[in-house]
Amino acid sequence: MNIRCTVNGEAREARDVWAGESLLYVLRERFGLYGSKNACEQGECGSCSVYLDGALVCSCLVLGGQANGREVVTIEGLHGDKVQQAFVEAGAVQCGFCTPGLIVATHDLLRRVPHPTDAQIREALSGNICRCTGYAKIIDAVHMAAR
Amino acid sequence: MSPRVGESVRRPDGLLKVHGHFPYSSDLHEEGMLWGATVRSPHPHARILSIDAAEARAMQGVHAVLTHEDVPGQMLHGLEIHDQPVLAFEHVRYWGEAVALVAADHPEQARRAAEKVRVEYQVLVPITEAEKALAPDAPRLHPGGNVTRHVKIRHGDPNARADVVVTGEYEIGMQDQAPLGPESGLAIPDGEGGVDLYIATQWLHIDQEQLASVLGLPAEKVRLTMAGIGGAFGAREDLSMQAHACLLALKTGRPVKISYSRPESFVGHVHRHPGRLTYEHGADRDGKLAYVRARILLDGGAYASSSTAVIANASCFAVGPYECSNATIDGIVVYTNNPPCGAMRGFGSVQNCYAHEAQMDKLAAALSMDPVDLRIRNAMKTGSRMITGQVIEGPAPVAELLQRVRAMPVPSIPSPHRGEGQGEGRRQVDLTSLPGGVSNTTHGEGVKRGIGFAVGFKNIGYSEGFNDYSTARVRLSVVDGNPRVEVHTAGAEVGQGLVTVQAQIAGTELGVNDVVVLNADTHVGSAGSSSASRQTYITGGAVKSASEAVCKRVLDLARSELHTERELRVENDAVRGTDGKEVVSLATLLGDAVIEETREFHPRRTHPLDPETGQSDAHMQYAFAAHRAVVDVDTELGLVKVIELATAQDVGKAINPIAVEGQLEGGAAQGLGLAVMEEIQLKDGVIRNASFTDYLLPTILDMPPVRKDILELGDPHSPYGLKGVGEPPTISSGPAIVAAIRAATGRPVTRVPVRPHDLTL
Repeated sequence: MNIRCTVNGEAREARDVWAGESLLYVLRERFGLYGSKNACEQGECGSCSVYLDGALVCSCLVLGGQANGREVVTIEGLHGDKVQQAFVEAGAVQCGFCTPGLIVATHDLLRRVPHPTDAQIREALSGNICRCTGYAKIIDAVHMAAR
Repeated sequence: MSPRVGESVRRPDGLLKVHGHFPYSSDLHEEGMLWGATVRSPHPHARILSIDAAEARAMQGVHAVLTHEDVPGQMLHGLEIHDQPVLAFEHVRYWGEAVALVAADHPEQARRAAEKVRVEYQVLVPITEAEKALAPDAPRLHPGGNVTRHVKIRHGDPNARADVVVTGEYEIGMQDQAPLGPESGLAIPDGEGGVDLYIATQWLHIDQEQLASVLGLPAEKVRLTMAGIGGAFGAREDLSMQAHACLLALKTGRPVKISYSRPESFVGHVHRHPGRLTYEHGADRDGKLAYVRARILLDGGAYASSSTAVIANASCFAVGPYECSNATIDGIVVYTNNPPCGAMRGFGSVQNCYAHEAQMDKLAAALSMDPVDLRIRNAMKTGSRMITGQVIEGPAPVAELLQRVRAMPVPSIPSPHRGEGQGEGRRQVDLTSLPGGVSNTTHGEGVKRGIGFAVGFKNIGYSEGFNDYSTARVRLSVVDGNPRVEVHTAGAEVGQGLVTVQAQIAGTELGVNDVVVLNADTHVGSAGSSSASRQTYITGGAVKSASEAVCKRVLDLARSELHTERELRVENDAVRGTDGKEVVSLATLLGDAVIEETREFHPRRTHPLDPETGQSDAHMQYAFAAHRAVVDVDTELGLVKVIELATAQDVGKAINPIAVEGQLEGGAAQGLGLAVMEEIQLKDGVIRNASFTDYLLPTILDMPPVRKDILELGDPHSPYGLKGVGEPPTISSGPAIVAAIRAATGRPVTRVPVRPHDLTL
């Protein structure tokens, strides 16, 4: 099957896609957008978080075919966002594998809640697993980005 | 200004990582690349009768199917003992062991073809309990028998007596490192019989050594380049898919990528050893330890990996950071048919800390002493003797660390917390702060608070006479009119911030503002592993040494060119006098010249443990940390909420303070994981929870704030006085949490992770 969608504002097409390919796989292996990460591929860790028609989703849980005719925004599409700089400044990045997903999820949180409390941050990011940082500096980064 | 030691410096790879452009090993792609898949054993123990790959080979898109018959070199590899087959032959010894390989155009074709490789097994009874592996009639899983190593420590009087005696038996579950990046890499054949491997590994050169042996090639034909590493924590010390990708690439003549799924990752790397620890502590009426006797039995699983070193640590640090004149320790690690166990952050010092700290609390209760006072009463200090006979040199601030965590403010108990809120008040309860969280299982009813303390320590760097060293090449040249320093090592940046530290050290020693750390590869000498909290010390030491050598040549050149004997230094891109005034810019002085130096750094030598007594100067440096935990327990449901962790740790010198904090916080999170959540659940040798749905990792809701007190006491032997930082946070954090759970519930709690039914039934 073929998939046509808009990714980060650009029209993209993938041809001869196996129907079982996830949106994550299509983004990575068909479109070369490797920023969305393949950590659990089961919707548990949030490393593959993207926007699909403006909604935060785990791209590993969306079939590539479901993105047909829809709009996808990935970490690459948020280039230069204040959340990214805040993660670097706050020391919220170690290995960085969870980082793209956390940045997309934080971006989504700050759209809804411009000045979140710790509790709101914890709830909003509870679907994103980080194995390196213990999360303290991630909370710092979100506050920094919200300033 | 140049990046400096002691300043919080931003990671040089940070922007690439936040933009999604950092190339991790699973992101690699090459034109014409094939995907590899692995056929794995469905049995924990079986004899292989036959392998039929005909159907798989004939499938669409399949380019190769390989078995053990296709391994051109040595069939076995391993970190310490070569006992693990590249691809299983004759026997499989654990569930998920690699038996055959497939390369195909599409990963799904590869997976489906792997399912069609017909392996006929004769199923054998597996040994799935460590104790049973020791039975005289147990089947021998390896030619040398089932005991991988027995470490004996005989210190002082074996018959020492005491006024007060406490005993205990403790059980530790199997923890997974769960780095988020899956095992993955890309092998590219060079067309001349060699191969280039792009790989996420903790130690390039030990991979290279094992791969050359397995592939039957000289080392120079197996070149490794580091790909981005998505965390490691010990999981990337052993070979996983490295040899498999190389075999497929050499066979097909095409680039081959292998990237494990999460379930496959659970069988693709070693785990933290589960263990059973039996302790007897004796003390006099004043609380002075009279003796400790312990038997530590660790389950090493099917292959040795680093078990022999893990059991040495578990034994050497069995008593904890306490003075103890009489100790009899038997540390035994055995082969079983469980998944192989090896390195994980803390490396043997985690399991024993649960036991010795529980024992100290028990002893305090028996003596009616405050548990922290009892610890301080016995605390190691500089000049104390280890149970291995080694005298602790350098700072050993055990009492001070304990005093500091005890003195930190205790979080107040929120008022709706006690179940007193009614009506409106109830709705204001922040469920995320309660045990059970948003499952809404309590609004404070049945919730009890507990506070617990623990302290631990371990060795930094390799021990027992292992030749620990690292290599650094430092190059100074002028690029676009400005001096630039390039630092090249093979050290693995696993997320800990080694790239930052290398730039800080070169910047500090050379006074050059533009410092670039090149990607790690095997074109420079070995850096050793990113393990044992050693890289800042050892590779940092090598970068310091090479930078000093470059600096000396710069100053010699300046004196020669300027015909002067005066004292000079390099700072802010220029050679300067002692008054700081510029004498000549580096750009002018160097012109087209390049100054390059390569140095190896060797720390102090260590020595093997005496096989009968375990007495030896076996370790190079010791690092200490203490934790206090505050927990709330729903005593009706057995649910635990860790409210706060507090820690004090001596880091010697914080080279990059923000990164040090990150180690203390992240390490504590992994300690919390083992204490209350994380366990690979095995049934008859089969992993029942090989996914992130079923293997529970701490989320941002589970991990409390960490109060930190970072001491910089300076080790006189190490570069800048630094101490290894990464592992101590993972050692005593969990035991402090368990102590707090005991305090809240009054239950003995002798097993981790603590499960709800351990607290209720």
